[in-house]
Amino acid sequence: MSLVSPLRSLASGGLDVRRIRRDFPIFGRNPGLVFLDTAASAQKPKPVIDGVAEFYRTDYANVHRGVYRLSAASTDQYEKARESVRRFINAAHADEIVFVRGTTEGINLVAYSWGAKFLQAGDEIVLSELEHHSNIVPWQLLRDRIGFKILAAPIDAGGGIDLAAFERLLTPRTKLVAITHISNVTGHVVPVDAVIRLAHARGAKVLLDGAQAAPRLPVDVQALDADFYVFSGHKAYGPTGIGVLYGKSALLKEMPPWQGGGSMISTVSFERTTYLEPPHRFEAGTPDISGAIGLGFALDYIEGLGREAIRDHEDALTGYAMGRLSTLPGVTVLGGGQRQLGVLSFIIDGIHPHDVGTVLDQNNVAVRAGHHCAQPLMDRLGIAGTTRASFGVYNDESDVDALVAAIKAAQEMFGA
Amino acid sequence: MTMDLRELYQDIILDHGRHPRNFHGMAEPTNFANGHNPLCGDKVTVYLKLEGDQIADVSFEGRGCAISTASASLMTEILKGKTLKQAEALFKSFHAKVTGGDPVAPPPELVDDAERLEPLTGVKTYPARVKCATLAWHAFEAAVKTGALGATVKTE
Repeated sequence: MSLVSPLRSLASGGLDVRRIRRDFPIFGRNPGLVFLDTAASAQKPKPVIDGVAEFYRTDYANVHRGVYRLSAASTDQYEKARESVRRFINAAHADEIVFVRGTTEGINLVAYSWGAKFLQAGDEIVLSELEHHSNIVPWQLLRDRIGFKILAAPIDAGGGIDLAAFERLLTPRTKLVAITHISNVTGHVVPVDAVIRLAHARGAKVLLDGAQAAPRLPVDVQALDADFYVFSGHKAYGPTGIGVLYGKSALLKEMPPWQGGGSMISTVSFERTTYLEPPHRFEAGTPDISGAIGLGFALDYIEGLGREAIRDHEDALTGYAMGRLSTLPGVTVLGGGQRQLGVLSFIIDGIHPHDVGTVLDQNNVAVRAGHHCAQPLMDRLGIAGTTRASFGVYNDESDVDALVAAIKAAQEMFGA
Repeated sequence: MTMDLRELYQDIILDHGRHPRNFHGMAEPTNFANGHNPLCGDKVTVYLKLEGDQIADVSFEGRGCAISTASASLMTEILKGKTLKQAEALFKSFHAKVTGGDPVAPPPELVDDAERLEPLTGVKTYPARVKCATLAWHAFEAAVKTGALGATVKTE
């Protein structure tokens, strides 16, 4: 597989993929691995793996507790990671960064704390047909307790959000718009600037699910004027079990705690407890200290590569993959309308996605097959599932070429 | 194409996957049940016409991968005319084979039928695919148990 593409210089988008791959030990340990499942979870670079190990060796202790040197060092690193996150999404204050377990927990936190306090029967919230289950189910659980209405903004023929139809769903009853920034199935980039502008014009708050977007696009929560922004560490080349909820300071301050315990209190008696200010109010118990620190290293690593360079790289690689896949007979790539970035889904005539996934795996190509935790979108598209390829900073055209070769092998085998 | 893969996708599997037998609904089934694999979204409905202890007719509908479709297709071919007890014995021996459990020998009169299921046992080296091969059988089991209520059984 030494097909040199004429698009190589374009698709590398300024990233030196060959050098970057040496930062990721997984590729050394798994020669020939074609990893196209970064949308599910990204591989980890040495600065994260080694940095976390070094932290445990050198500075580890619990945070915000001890008066001794080690605890202070640990706390210092933990809060430094919060500052890395702040810089990564350009939040105004580090106090607006709450460490959570991941995107899912971040959305649940907003539902349980902000939603339970500010949503009422008769209110409406607007999601979209592109949503991952994690941005649907928490709202349904809350709806079942409170009785507000959930609406879903439809997609258009090209698979992107139908902005005009979205706007028609907004009414004075709309209290919240919770929508993905990039679809985890099709890679469609939602025009979040317009979404936020339209929602704010009706007085609705906006939560963006940035699980796919944060590692792929420069994100500026102040420029966007996002009220809440959530993303996961593990999809951003960081550890599992850590994620971020950004909330505007004024919103977080009005929100009650959602979990009680140590670290989130000011004073406790059996009669009355007072709570710390955000973000600590929302971080009950010993947090994922090494996870947060590892996330900080991951975000620093991404910024070292350059956010614009990563975006251009993913843009070019997505374009190259779309081009190659769409010329294959019997292969349909979902989308084609609005911009898609870093993630794409396709269907092969006559072959079920799981069979595709197994054949691709035998060819050392790792993809995701199935409904991608987006069953409403599958139903909307009238399909059982798709095969999904997604990219990271360590992928280049040779990975796409390997994917294409493996698809041809699958077609040959199934006679499709 | 690697040899391993051909063991999973033997010709008989590809054939039944592409051209499933007894692939249709049934008017007035005595029993039916839905099988659902939430992991991949695959769905299968198994219909039975029982006459006493005898499986007079069996068919299925649904959508699934080559493995689950072929498994359902072969199952319907084999179970037609069997007794419920024989069906249970076949499933036990098949289940043990695909999950890598302790072997369960089928009764002597069912050895040929068990052998027909042999091509499906390639899934045992693909842990992610074992449930594809057993989905229809679980639905069959649920149909026998629940009659014409149309229960849904999940693989998880």
